[in-house]
Amino acid sequence: MNASPLVSIRNLTFSRGERKIFDDISLDFERGKITAIMGPSGTGKTTLLKLIGGQLFPDSGTIEVDHQNVHQLSRNQLFKLRKRMGMLFQSGALLTDMSVYDNVAFPLREHTQLTESMIRTLVLMKLEAVGLRGARQLMPNELSGGMSRRVALARAIALDPMMILYDEPFTGQDPISLGVLVQLIKTMNDILADLSSIIVSHDVEETLSIADYIYVLSGGKIIGAGTPQQIKQSESAWVRQFIQGSADGPVHFHYSNDDYIKDLFSK
Amino acid sequence: MIQRLGHSTLASFAKLGRASIFCTQTLAGITAIIPRPALLINQIYSVGVLSFLIISISGLFIGMVLGLQGYYILADFGAEQTLGVMVAASLVRELSPVVSALLFAGRAGSALTAEIGLMKATEQLSGMEMMAVDPIKRIIAPRFFAGFISLPLLTLVFSAIGIFGGHIVGVGLLGVDDGAYWSQMQANIDFYDDIINGVIKSIVFGFVCSWIALFEGYDAMPTSAGISQATTRTVVFSSLAVLALDFSLTALMFGN
Repeated sequence: MNASPLVSIRNLTFSRGERKIFDDISLDFERGKITAIMGPSGTGKTTLLKLIGGQLFPDSGTIEVDHQNVHQLSRNQLFKLRKRMGMLFQSGALLTDMSVYDNVAFPLREHTQLTESMIRTLVLMKLEAVGLRGARQLMPNELSGGMSRRVALARAIALDPMMILYDEPFTGQDPISLGVLVQLIKTMNDILADLSSIIVSHDVEETLSIADYIYVLSGGKIIGAGTPQQIKQSESAWVRQFIQGSADGPVHFHYSNDDYIKDLFSK
Repeated sequence: MIQRLGHSTLASFAKLGRASIFCTQTLAGITAIIPRPALLINQIYSVGVLSFLIISISGLFIGMVLGLQGYYILADFGAEQTLGVMVAASLVRELSPVVSALLFAGRAGSALTAEIGLMKATEQLSGMEMMAVDPIKRIIAPRFFAGFISLPLLTLVFSAIGIFGGHIVGVGLLGVDDGAYWSQMQANIDFYDDIINGVIKSIVFGFVCSWIALFEGYDAMPTSAGISQATTRTVVFSSLAVLALDFSLTALMFGN
């Protein structure tokens, strides 16, 4: 790994109530690369993105983004840092009272002094990149889930950020837009030399096809890390179970519970 | 039992603390509105202008009822010519601020809570924060100041239409003298003691109702049940706060 990673997480511990989501984990996200965080549902992948974005506070440990400790920044400094980050939410998180065009123009209007004609050009470029230039007049409630996600991606790249955080970008996409999206993330990261991408996903095939480095999380710990090749060849029973999608293995499919038969016959 | 009581007491104080911080941040949000008045104007339209119809119709009917009831009581004492004073005083001192605030909490307040709660549930507020836009300045503050400005104006509209409603019944139907209706009102209703005090009440109610509605939305659990409970709480808390504050303000303003 590079000596100066863009995001550096050290000894992170985070709990929700009694449940420990992360238990003393350390991760690095290299500059200019696509790093993926994979793991079964409920392992706190989205929580990790929120911690990196400074929306949640860790119980202990540090998270540094571009040499700045996210949780020690003032609100103004944090907002300054966030202007250099784009985040693609799982739901899209589009503003429902604005059209597709206005949603993509929103960060530009809020943070720049550009004229409307320049904003228009930029918005059309971003929408063209996600294949939705023709949908610019639609309102968010007229879009499918997959389209919302693509508009949200156009909005996330509106300010040309140094880093994009993708929260489950592949879920709910049809095969065509899935293919386009996978290519888009890859191409963007290749063309823009400074852009780093962090993808949170449990879509094994798509993620392995574009990621440069992968962390597999489960039960609050890192159970595997490496390049896609290393992950595919991993000897770890945890990682193998996840990659192959088998029900039997060290990761339990069932939420911890009493004995099934006993439960059925109990009053 | 004691543990539960302690837990709920602590939770109530924590909520009060969050509400106070929220209020301070919202008030500070005026710095974001001054350079962009369009944000405020849009909200005045949806919070204030769209409440105009319900306020006008309610004002008309309450004025008409006051005219009718007032006439029968005053006529017993042969004082029906003072109907205008009775209608106007009841309206500008008490009924307009209180009823407008209750209607405002029901119509605009519940809508604000549901809107903010849904924005939270669909991660729009989170998304805005990640775009380095403060949702309290961009979303909450314009709505708060819109409510704060709209309610006193709606209260004045309520009073004006209510007095007109009293006139329709008293003068138009029951035969009170037109000149007496207006001149008695002019002679006995004081601009500062009655009208300004009523407006001050409505300013306080506007502040409290907008604060409660927006905070409940912002603090709502981001689920459908959470939003529905928050909307109910908005109407209940706003109504109780308006009635309790009305008593306190009346005691302060009109007591000796």
